[in-house]
Amino acid sequence: MRAHPAGHVRTPFYIRGCVGEVERLCGAFPNPEQLAERRDGLPAVPLYRVRFRQKEVWPDYRGSDSDLLEVEIFQHWLEKP
Amino acid sequence: MKDQGSYRPLSYFQLMEISLRELLVEKGIVTDAQVNAEVEDMRRRGPERGARVVAKAWTDPEYRKRLLLNGTAACEELGLDIPALKLVVVENTPDVHNAIVCTLCSCYPRMLLGIPPDWYKSRNYRSRMVREPREVLKEFGLMIGEEIQIRVHDSTAEMRYLVLPMRPPGTEGWSEERLAGLVTRDSMIGVALPDSPGKTA
Repeated sequence: MRAHPAGHVRTPFYIRGCVGEVERLCGAFPNPEQLAERRDGLPAVPLYRVRFRQKEVWPDYRGSDSDLLEVEIFQHWLEKP
Repeated sequence: MKDQGSYRPLSYFQLMEISLRELLVEKGIVTDAQVNAEVEDMRRRGPERGARVVAKAWTDPEYRKRLLLNGTAACEELGLDIPALKLVVVENTPDVHNAIVCTLCSCYPRMLLGIPPDWYKSRNYRSRMVREPREVLKEFGLMIGEEIQIRVHDSTAEMRYLVLPMRPPGTEGWSEERLAGLVTRDSMIGVALPDSPGKTA
């Protein structure tokens, strides 16, 4: 079921559909979707560091329950849980 | 074609690199001298730059605070030229161990650590570090107790990461220069601890 989860190509497969918490706002950066087409990437898009519990990402995770994984994701690739 | 060594055939990517570079030079977009200067620059930057930052943070608590708040500004404070580097520094504590990976490609704070080691770019490290960090760290010889939280940072976009390791015990009163000698590249990626004082004494 997780083999081809929907999501933007630059949101890693393993994190798609997972629920996390925003750890910090990194600032706003040119939209990479536009940069890929050699446009200016404006308006800039907010970029967040999102924190996930490893046990949430990998149900069979071997390690401490408190272990975390932090990933940068642009705002328009996130959705409210 | 210029001398690229004749002992084995060029790989696809080597050939592409040479073709592209020669075209850019031919079309006057860059010069050979510029390319060489850039390569030399890249080679000159090594982990001792990151080690300076870490040693400064170990000896100056106010600097440490600024570094954790805004890594880029704190590096500039030391006169390190870090163009386009947006740095997030993550701090190891007795309760938290941090490690860095880039699962999408091989993002790495080159401005502070130089050229990344091959293993950092390997599929093995990139895929397993987010999935089973404790096993991967074990393979690096680093055992992290269950009571310690592991935070893996996947640099998927704009930011670059540097681990601020814990200052080794037995280094009280050491100068920044001497401390910097203990700070290894791998300890700033989070797959090792800094050297212990006995090792370099």
